[in-house]
Amino acid sequence: MRDVAVIGVGINKWGEHWKTSLRDLAVEAALKALEDAKVDAVDSIQIGCMSGGLFAGQEHLASLVADYLGCAGVPASRVESACASGGVAFKAAYAEVAAGLSDAALVLGVEKMTDVGGDEATYTLGTAADQEYECYNGATFPGLYAMMAVRHMHEFGTTRRQLSMVAVKNHDNGLKNPDAQYHAKLTPEEVERSSMVADPLHLLDCSPITDGAAALVLCPLDRAKKLSGHPLVKVLGVGHATDAIALHSRKNLVRLDAVEKAAARAYKAAGVKPSDIDLAEVHDCFTIAEIMVTEALGFAKPGEGGKLAASGATALGGKIPVNTSGGLKSKGHPVGATGVAQILELVQQLRGEAGGRQVRKAKVGLAQNMGGTGGSSTVSILGKA
Amino acid sequence: MQPQRYWREIPRRYRLEAGKCRKCGKVFMPPRLICDACRCTEFDMVRLSDKGKVHTYTVIRIAPSGFGEQVPFVLALVDLEGGVRLTMQVADCGPEDVKIGSPVKVEFRKINEVGKSGVICYGYKAVLA
Repeated sequence: MRDVAVIGVGINKWGEHWKTSLRDLAVEAALKALEDAKVDAVDSIQIGCMSGGLFAGQEHLASLVADYLGCAGVPASRVESACASGGVAFKAAYAEVAAGLSDAALVLGVEKMTDVGGDEATYTLGTAADQEYECYNGATFPGLYAMMAVRHMHEFGTTRRQLSMVAVKNHDNGLKNPDAQYHAKLTPEEVERSSMVADPLHLLDCSPITDGAAALVLCPLDRAKKLSGHPLVKVLGVGHATDAIALHSRKNLVRLDAVEKAAARAYKAAGVKPSDIDLAEVHDCFTIAEIMVTEALGFAKPGEGGKLAASGATALGGKIPVNTSGGLKSKGHPVGATGVAQILELVQQLRGEAGGRQVRKAKVGLAQNMGGTGGSSTVSILGKA
Repeated sequence: MQPQRYWREIPRRYRLEAGKCRKCGKVFMPPRLICDACRCTEFDMVRLSDKGKVHTYTVIRIAPSGFGEQVPFVLALVDLEGGVRLTMQVADCGPEDVKIGSPVKVEFRKINEVGKSGVICYGYKAVLA
């Protein structure tokens, strides 16, 4: 296995991009990443996209994007693992480069979500759950996470206010990220006054519908030393795991087994432990998700993720800043792009290019991406080379 | 929904027919082709109990397509006697009536009407026992 570096990153502001098509969203981000990396050709492309078909009526996306990127002929694959598509695409590109199959690999994440109405978007996101045994009976994603939250509150005493503090903190961080969808300071009272979606989750506990893309260029570390003008960022370890996608098939609703397994694999590969992590991007599709993920990653003991969030330890300047980018909550959640943008945030932080949200002396960062209610997860650890 | 996709699920949805592993006895709903506990591939059909308890629940206030006229409704994970947990609505009750541990009975109910022609879909829902 060769050591792998991330040498280029590209993103445009996320939001509702009515003028921009799925293919152009992807190509814009890719061109920025190639320019940032100072390379004009890649050996392979991996695209994370949950549902080009249902959101935009377009499959066969990998070839389409390769063509519009002006590099038809290059092998390109689309990777799908619901909201973890981006994280799994990153893993695929990492493996390509580590194994010697590619000397430069492009990773793209993209989702065009506003070409359909709210009902269709909810339906499409619901395809990440068990269609026949969850959605058939009226389940929605907010509903499934709400049932996890109810159980977490019941078993550990997690409070409504602790959920709110996740949203407040991530929106604070989003104010400092020019690429975030929302730049709005929130109070916990505003979160709790927003309309109820699925008890106890309010609208402001939920990540939004977003159009967006993000891109990375990976190459062997040895080559990166010659190519890149940026401080070098190395991939230290990648972990990936699966679990039942139906919530009712899980052994335990208050633990995220796939995240725990992916984290254990990533920590082992990287040779680091939770206390070595300087910042983390985690999958806060709902506020309860960030609380449960921080437990699964070992930043808090099981059941104490709510206390961690309320303590300020996960805020900028805290012991372990979480979602400095604004997270899915504030930066937005174009599902297939999310996992790639998490890595991009780590790279910007480790290069020291994160502007007003820079974590001081950041040496090691972790990104956790999750599909469905935890049916899949990746954990990637990057460090200053 | 195409008829074949609906039709093949009828034994589970109408009659709660599950698969019981011949080797270790684990029960799967819906039935599976291989047991995740012992890798056995032989199963017997068993009917699940219609008695259970609420493991967790929520009140759906923003409905998915096809459920718009039903909101607010209670959705729960129900632990059936015998060890199987399923996702289902709790019907005939208000949003405040369901708690963790509430005993329920599973009944054959209308789920919703789908498509332009309003085809009626049936399945299982819980009611407070």
